[in-house]
Amino acid sequence: MDRPVRTRLGDGSLVEMTPAEIREDVLAGTEIGARRAKAPPLTEAEVDHLVDIFASEAKFSAVDMGDEVCLSFDGSGNLDVGSRVDELYSYQSHRGADMLELFAIDYSYKAIKTMLSYEAAQMKTAQLNVIAPLQYGAMPDLGRYSMPDGPVPNWSELMPLGKIAEARDAQVEAIDHAVSDMVYVAEGMWEAGTDGMDFDTAGAAGDGDFLATLTAIEKIKGRYPDIGIELGMASEYVLGMHGELTYKGRRLAGMWPKEQLEVAQEAGATMFGPAVNVNTTKSVAWNVARACTVIKPCMDVAEIPVHPNVGMGVGGVPMSPYPPADAVSRVSRAMVDILKCDGL
Amino acid sequence: MQMTRGMRLKQAKAYVAEKLGCAVADLADPIAMHDLRRDLGLGRIPVQELTYPTHAGAMEAKFRIAEVLGVPINSVARFQECAGLSGSRPGGAV
Repeated sequence: MDRPVRTRLGDGSLVEMTPAEIREDVLAGTEIGARRAKAPPLTEAEVDHLVDIFASEAKFSAVDMGDEVCLSFDGSGNLDVGSRVDELYSYQSHRGADMLELFAIDYSYKAIKTMLSYEAAQMKTAQLNVIAPLQYGAMPDLGRYSMPDGPVPNWSELMPLGKIAEARDAQVEAIDHAVSDMVYVAEGMWEAGTDGMDFDTAGAAGDGDFLATLTAIEKIKGRYPDIGIELGMASEYVLGMHGELTYKGRRLAGMWPKEQLEVAQEAGATMFGPAVNVNTTKSVAWNVARACTVIKPCMDVAEIPVHPNVGMGVGGVPMSPYPPADAVSRVSRAMVDILKCDGL
Repeated sequence: MQMTRGMRLKQAKAYVAEKLGCAVADLADPIAMHDLRRDLGLGRIPVQELTYPTHAGAMEAKFRIAEVLGVPINSVARFQECAGLSGSRPGGAV
């Protein structure tokens, strides 16, 4: 059986591949993932299973009964219809969400700080209307604290000038501002009734961004032991924009998901969301094999739930505003079957 | 159990099933859960807004969930404070 089947590339476009070509892609994806993240490649049985999933002509793919996982969301309540609370209700009751997230379109804690009372009032209203656990989410977004948007010299402008020390000092100063804002918003949300806080796309501005998030989590969890803390990563690898920042003695730059999870747990996070970027020119099978390989070492050390990010452009889901169900379902099944993850 | 207690999936499923008095497999069975949620007052998904007007919904259901699962729920505690309700906080340390 080597009849071509329809599958997709990382940009969502349909292509035809034979099962043998899919196997080649799976092997290539796990090989490059293993090499980059210094992780073991997928086993022969895992490769076979991925090939089975992607060589199927079924429109939809799913885990076995009994293997269902929890579905969490960053940014539910998209204002497609009605109010944000209407949307949260819809996610809970009609779209299969097990956990909900209230958010504002300017998805940055720096922005939320300026309208916290309004957002906290929305949280209170939402909590009165939904049953599912509901968190508040935004991005740490360290870059917002640099000029011209923020008060700190812009390290991205300083570095090309060779002003490395000044660039590093600016990031350290920005971290203090970001931590202050994240803790401030968490305080307001806790008082309004939130079940948890989501720090989404942590590390987007590099190791300083990640350190700010870990520091904020530690402070928030210390103050509110019952609060949920989801730490979702921006990408598979922490960029060394500073390069020398550490958390509890561990250098953050260059961390892959396993190390990211370890420091997240140490900081007090209750859920971790690894993110692996999609290569849009490679097949979804290649991307999923690579993503599973990069994330798999997490599962051996996880003490908290791991929910890999499988939104558009991460985890193997095609980079498209409307990810096709055939691809999303295959990616989701592969993540659960291979990783035995706690949710998505 | 995952969000605020940090429980891994297998542990969380077993915990909830024990507290609800059902099998782990029932947790993903909408037919079984629909009846169980009615029996325990945990809130149901209404087909229409007024399908279950006499059953627990939203905040009411969360009071029951905190009690049945034995976990504190922040919004329930806030509701009690704001409403001036006396009595111990539903749920406990898990």
